[in-house]
Amino acid sequence: MSIKIINADVSRGASTKSLGRRLAPYGFISPTAALLFVLMFIPIAMVVGYSVMDNVIVNKHPQFIGFDSYIKVLTNSVLPTAVMNTAVFTVVSVIAHLVLGLLFAMMLNTKLLSNVTTGLFRVIYILPWLFTVAIIAILWKLLLNPNGVINYALISLGLTDKGIEWLSSPATALIAVTFINIWAGYPFYMVSLLAGLQGIPKDLYEAAKVDGASGFQQFWSITLPQLKPIIISMSMLDVIWTSQQFALIWMTTGGGPINVTEMLSTFTYKLAFSNYQFSQASASAVMILVLSTILAFFYARYQKARD
Amino acid sequence: MNSKGATVKRGILSILATVSAITLITACSSGGGSTPVAAGKVTLEFSQWWEPELPAGALRSVMDDFQAANPNITVKLLSAPYASTKDQTIAAAASGTMSDVVGLDGAWVSDFAKQGSVADLSKLMKSAKYDESQLASQIKVGGSTYMIPVVNFVYPMFTNDDLLAKAGISQAPTTRTEFTAAAEALSKLGGNTKGWVLPLSLQAPNGIQNDVMSWAWASGGSMLKGGKPDLTNSAVTSATKYVKELWDKGVVSPGALTMTEQDKVEEFTNGRVGMMIDSLSHITTIREKNPNLKFSISAIPATDGFAGKRGIPYASWGIGISDNSKHKAEAWKLVQYLMSQKVNSKLSTLAHAFPGNTKSEPDFTGTDPLFKTAFDIYKSGAPVNEFTGLPVADQLMRDFDEQFQGVLTGTQSVNDALKKAQAAWKTQF
Repeated sequence: MSIKIINADVSRGASTKSLGRRLAPYGFISPTAALLFVLMFIPIAMVVGYSVMDNVIVNKHPQFIGFDSYIKVLTNSVLPTAVMNTAVFTVVSVIAHLVLGLLFAMMLNTKLLSNVTTGLFRVIYILPWLFTVAIIAILWKLLLNPNGVINYALISLGLTDKGIEWLSSPATALIAVTFINIWAGYPFYMVSLLAGLQGIPKDLYEAAKVDGASGFQQFWSITLPQLKPIIISMSMLDVIWTSQQFALIWMTTGGGPINVTEMLSTFTYKLAFSNYQFSQASASAVMILVLSTILAFFYARYQKARD
Repeated sequence: MNSKGATVKRGILSILATVSAITLITACSSGGGSTPVAAGKVTLEFSQWWEPELPAGALRSVMDDFQAANPNITVKLLSAPYASTKDQTIAAAASGTMSDVVGLDGAWVSDFAKQGSVADLSKLMKSAKYDESQLASQIKVGGSTYMIPVVNFVYPMFTNDDLLAKAGISQAPTTRTEFTAAAEALSKLGGNTKGWVLPLSLQAPNGIQNDVMSWAWASGGSMLKGGKPDLTNSAVTSATKYVKELWDKGVVSPGALTMTEQDKVEEFTNGRVGMMIDSLSHITTIREKNPNLKFSISAIPATDGFAGKRGIPYASWGIGISDNSKHKAEAWKLVQYLMSQKVNSKLSTLAHAFPGNTKSEPDFTGTDPLFKTAFDIYKSGAPVNEFTGLPVADQLMRDFDEQFQGVLTGTQSVNDALKKAQAAWKTQF
């Protein structure tokens, strides 16, 4: 009888231990799961919910209206401009980030410069990445001001006879904000690609040299293929980040002049905080979310394939 | 033993992790707007952008005086710059967590009132038997008051005395013709000097209110008819054509289409423009940044031969009460305190603004003499801001701004722009 009791205790103890062991992993992931639930799942679910209701927030008793807000957003006359501007801004920024990042990374990886010089340039090149968006916007607004340093230099060099309104002219505003975004974002590529370059085995280049490959051939056949995984991953991330850029545009041009720098982000912000059309803003945000999710899906699939 | 120890350690860690997760969820889900009450004491939250614009500690000192007079009420100030306050107030209104007492701009009131996020002050005044006649103005929606302007800032014309003298102009222009002549003379001084500065940034399109529509108001014009948009009338058309004329003459400072109010003040402070229309609240900033700048203020020029009362734009620090507040009576006590003759005088003196109580008088002793001049302009003119209380006022300015930028860049005529702006505005009413 007593033996039976002991066995039952042992069995219960083992079962408790086994249950505890099984639950422990869930305990460990619970803070992250809670964070994701509170900061990701709930807001996303709320925004999706808002997008199918009659003007939520402003209206105390909103009604379900289906996809009316989506139709209104899709037929908004400013949307095509915002989509086109976002596409131009994103594509040009991502390509320029890549080209400049690769160029500077290769310069910093060269053996032709001393360690001190390389270190100095490493600091200089990475500086734009250290500034917050607000600082970048103020800095470039001052530099590109019609009475600013850049115009002063251009006038002094005789390249123009009066100050160019870089951010205020419909002809140059989109180019100007794209340029600022390129300046602010290339260091991310540079640092990642530099790490990638330093990881390429030297014997590949030595073998190529023995085979008589030129510098360009080495770059094309060794460097680029070796960096391909980093380039693809970063480009996908950059497309997602750049297409959602808001603060820089808002603080430099506010989407103007007229709507030449209107992006999907500023378009959505104005729907919510200027028009108080929170349902339409939610619909616009959901559409951006879907596009970002598609990109994220390809990014995740690519990463999985690599692993 | 080791294995047992590791298991115990892992168990404790996992429990800690779970507890922290639960705490996190609980913390995130607890309401943000409710005010804690402890043993008969009430804590009022008061969100506003005033504290950063007043001398350090000034608003807190006013609140301390209020608390001394009302020992059961504590006021917690939630202060942020104007733009942040605006976004936070909109978000708080949306989530039902608006502070008990809330600083308001006239441009937000209509939307908050329709949303039901701000309380009907008419009812509160009635139940408190408050004498409304002492209030200089009230912002009403549908016949009920939702905002009371605590202090008002007028927007007169600022002129750079030295530049005007250099351009051979002895006194500030009073008519549009004189203004054009002065702006042209100033722009001919060379260098980067321009006659006038016009901020039209779409980020903060209040330039339409202060720098464009003010030309119509100064000549007794209106952009509304029976409370509805009337942008194609002769007064607005004339004012818009006048600004376009100044633009075409090349007397406007470059960069106008993305220029903000802050940039405008910088241009004037640095002596690059001779004239601007601006808030009186910037006098101190200009003096601090450029102590050597000699400038004057005067009424905004009107059309030639205009003899009526000149409209002068103004902006207010308005106050309202959250409809969700559990302490509306205590909140009203605070509003009433701020609107009382003595406190309102003190607040208007501190803010270099004009009082919202008709019996209050700002104390100009020891202040910049320009404030006294401005007070005279304010009293002799008619303070006007037709955007106050309109639905989506910010968007109305932006709609007008976008069309007006089309005029300035030569893609459409003034008449077409006004028709389009009128159509856009009509959809908002």
